[in-house]
Amino acid sequence: MASAPAQADLRTRLQNFIPKLVLAPSVAVIFLFVYGFIIFTLYLSFTDSRILPSYNLVGFENYSKLFRLSHWTTSITNLAIFASLYIGISTLIGLALATFLDQKIRGEGLLRPIYLYPMALSFIVTGTAWKWLLDPGIGLEHTMHLWGWESFQFGWIKNSDYAIYTVVLAAVWQSSGFVMAMFLAGLRGIDNEILKAAQMDGASNFQMYRRIILPQLRPAFLSAFVILSHLAVKSYDLVIALTGGGPGRATELPATFMYSYTFTRNQMGIGASSAVIMLMTIAAIMVPYLYAELREKK
Amino acid sequence: MSVATQDTALRTGRVSRAFIYLFLLLMALFYLLPFGIMVINSLKPLSEITGGNMMSLPQVWTLDAWRSTWSTAQIGVEPTGMRPYFWNSIKMVVPAVAISTVLGALNGYVLTKWRFRGDTILFGLMLFSCFIPFQIVLIPMARVLGLTGLAGSTTGLILVHVVYGIGFSTLYFRNYYAVFPTELVRAAMMDGAGFFRIFWRILMPSSGPITVVCIIWQFTNIWNDFLFGASFADFDSQPITVALNNLVNSSTGVKEYNVHFAGAIYAALPTLLVYIVAGRYFVRGLMSGSVKG
Amino acid sequence: MTLIKQLKLSAAVLALTATTAAAADVEVLHWWTSGGEAAALNVLKGDLESQNIGWMDMPVAGGGGEAAMTVLRARVTSGNAPTAVQMLGFDIQDWAKEGALANLNDVASEGGWDAVVPAALQRFSKYEDQWVAAPVNVHSVNWVWANKKLFDDNNISVPTTWEEFEAAMQTLQDAGVTPIAQGGQPWQEATLFDSVVMATGGPEFYQKALIDLDPEALGSDTMKQAFDRLGVIRENVDDNFSGRDWNLATAMVINGEAGMQIMGDWAKGEFVAAGQVPDEDFLCFRFPGTQDQVMFNADQFAMFDQGGTVSEEQAALASAIMSPSFQAAFNVVKGSVPARTDVPDTDFDACGKKGMADLAQAAEADMLFGSLAQGHGAPASIKNAYYDVVTAFFNGSFDSETATEELVTAIEIAQ
Repeated sequence: MASAPAQADLRTRLQNFIPKLVLAPSVAVIFLFVYGFIIFTLYLSFTDSRILPSYNLVGFENYSKLFRLSHWTTSITNLAIFASLYIGISTLIGLALATFLDQKIRGEGLLRPIYLYPMALSFIVTGTAWKWLLDPGIGLEHTMHLWGWESFQFGWIKNSDYAIYTVVLAAVWQSSGFVMAMFLAGLRGIDNEILKAAQMDGASNFQMYRRIILPQLRPAFLSAFVILSHLAVKSYDLVIALTGGGPGRATELPATFMYSYTFTRNQMGIGASSAVIMLMTIAAIMVPYLYAELREKK
Repeated sequence: MSVATQDTALRTGRVSRAFIYLFLLLMALFYLLPFGIMVINSLKPLSEITGGNMMSLPQVWTLDAWRSTWSTAQIGVEPTGMRPYFWNSIKMVVPAVAISTVLGALNGYVLTKWRFRGDTILFGLMLFSCFIPFQIVLIPMARVLGLTGLAGSTTGLILVHVVYGIGFSTLYFRNYYAVFPTELVRAAMMDGAGFFRIFWRILMPSSGPITVVCIIWQFTNIWNDFLFGASFADFDSQPITVALNNLVNSSTGVKEYNVHFAGAIYAALPTLLVYIVAGRYFVRGLMSGSVKG
Repeated sequence: MTLIKQLKLSAAVLALTATTAAAADVEVLHWWTSGGEAAALNVLKGDLESQNIGWMDMPVAGGGGEAAMTVLRARVTSGNAPTAVQMLGFDIQDWAKEGALANLNDVASEGGWDAVVPAALQRFSKYEDQWVAAPVNVHSVNWVWANKKLFDDNNISVPTTWEEFEAAMQTLQDAGVTPIAQGGQPWQEATLFDSVVMATGGPEFYQKALIDLDPEALGSDTMKQAFDRLGVIRENVDDNFSGRDWNLATAMVINGEAGMQIMGDWAKGEFVAAGQVPDEDFLCFRFPGTQDQVMFNADQFAMFDQGGTVSEEQAALASAIMSPSFQAAFNVVKGSVPARTDVPDTDFDACGKKGMADLAQAAEADMLFGSLAQGHGAPASIKNAYYDVVTAFFNGSFDSETATEELVTAIEIAQ
């Protein structure tokens, strides 16, 4: 197709330029709308902004107020509990479902959408269904009693110490199916010839999982981790619909905290400072992980 | 890998198969339970819900809640039902999903097959952008939309969703294309194929599964978004989640739970449809587009 | 270059068309989306349409207006403020402080608002002697809603003092009924506590502690006593309350599972919707010890400044809101009472009539107090700090002593 050498040279140079050109708009909007806004928030966190942004600097006042608030500490602790359990359990269940579904299961076509569908529902109302289900007075416990299992007890949602675990439960329900789909896509991409060869060499199922399958699923683990941790950090609807942050403020998470200070309490400065702390925490966890994951790819 | 040997090389005994089926069925039950409650209660008259057991089957089966939610329920001043808002959502979701998916695919392609200095850092920055809390975006974004004249328009909403969707769509495609054999791309380059030609002819045909995953993700997120939809839409472009919220969250009115559940199911129908339809292509894509040739 | 120019141009055109469109229509941001409320708003809409003013509806429900206020902030920041916005108490003052609200003095003097709106309400509708909002209704929160049959069966008469109230709860407890139906959300617990503080410390104490936020009053023994009484009420609530919606608590009273609920007058709608009649099936009376006071919150409509003066259609909307006929029509369905005290009570039911009489009397005697839990005592930051402490106490995280101390600190941080 190429004719004159000069033309070909121009073409190569153009070829080298095109990829960057294609990437440029995405990079530009992300720098403006994400990193630009983060810097703006950082600035706001040092101002006395209340109902609308103000540009009056007040130093570290918002930060010192923030750490005097007992339910900020609660919400940070809750996030640690919630995120680790949620990410861990969802990954485990997702991986288990994907592995099992990959065993030539009858009715896979029916089961797959059943596992996946909770992701499609918005928590604005699904939260009500969960709230009822978990409510000892009208939900599961009540029904078990009606069915004759009198000693059955499940009142976590009403207990300040356990309510956060019901949030984990509902969150796992919502997203573990999606994790399953990602792992399933990964599993189906694995070359069966390698597995067969390994089997000939006398490898056990367990060994094959450990040595061949799991390492091949690394990109899927990365996606799952990023998606789940992002959902954990942003969990807002879920908490609002399920517990409203209660009992008391026992299930408050940073996302609900941030929203309430920025918008309902008209203390935008404190809201911004909590967002900055949040982002710094995420960065402290994500940056090393991403660094390790991405560096190896070279 | 060839299509004929789709089955796994792993062998499983009878006992473990029974265990697997049991596990899968129990999990299915777990996933179905809350939705079951929603469906059952949407078919009851209101008095049966507030007065009785929420887990029991209806004594009187009725479709009233479904009918009224669609066309006569009170969303705003006019009893319009959820119908008009449905269309608003579609107008917003379809372009936003399409644009962010295409951009994600192209970005993933560049980041894996046309690598350059600093590409990993750029990707890291894009990934980290997924974590920005939407609460801090609201006010500055409103300012930007106001300055560009896009405030209160569907175009503005599409822009917002595309911006905050790119991080994820790039993640999906990058991780997928990362394991795609680079030799194929090199060979095509040798043959003189250009940037877009390689993308179109070589990567696209095997991108089925990941495109489906990406569309599912974007569609779900954008369709279910409330905060942006409520804040950046005008009276005539409010999406369905705002309508659902108005139906459910009226603070001092009588709460009609049956209508709420019917509304929630209506609002979820398009996403459910995408899951079922896309789910099929998901498998088909996996079977036909054999990556390793 | 040309692209940017074009963008600027189209933005300018858009801005222009936006203002011209606003010249004939009103865009109203509100959170009244339930059947009765919306039906009542329709009266307003019809009124405006008869004057050839279009109504562009922008409903955003949720959190008693919290969602709408978030949306409002985004809209104002983007330079695309709605014409009129439903607002509560201190939000009006905050927006007026930002200079965002239109001056309604001309409409107000024409309609004689000063004479008919109670002064305690004007404190919120006016900013620096300018009318900036038109009040639609007055809700009152110090109500007790009771199941009449349970009261009759157990020979309970309407309690008027704390002691009688305690006795009534005990009687119900002994009869095997849950004495108090309580919803478990911070705002509901705090709404209940408003009444308890008023009954315990009296109006002067309430004013000093929860409106003037005097640290001494907040940390006083009277406050501790109020928490103790809240603790007594907590013991008469079933263990399943947390997270419960207020209307499900109302349903417990309707079904006879529980004896009483302390809740704002919107609870009446649930009784009426269940086919019950005041004084026949259910009772409404003031929280014992607050018979002379009315603790209120009021919905108002504020007009956003569209460039200097109030526009014609904003004026039309404001005067339509303040017309006695609309005030009556709206409040009959809403369960609240009119914001003007000169509206005839003919269309109202027994509880509505009582509410109107109470309001007029309280306005006269200067016994009208804003409810802190409902955003009419102090700004949002303080209100929420108050929620934090009350809900922590009600859910057993604090004893009354700690709660009193925490209240002082929390309110100090929020200021």
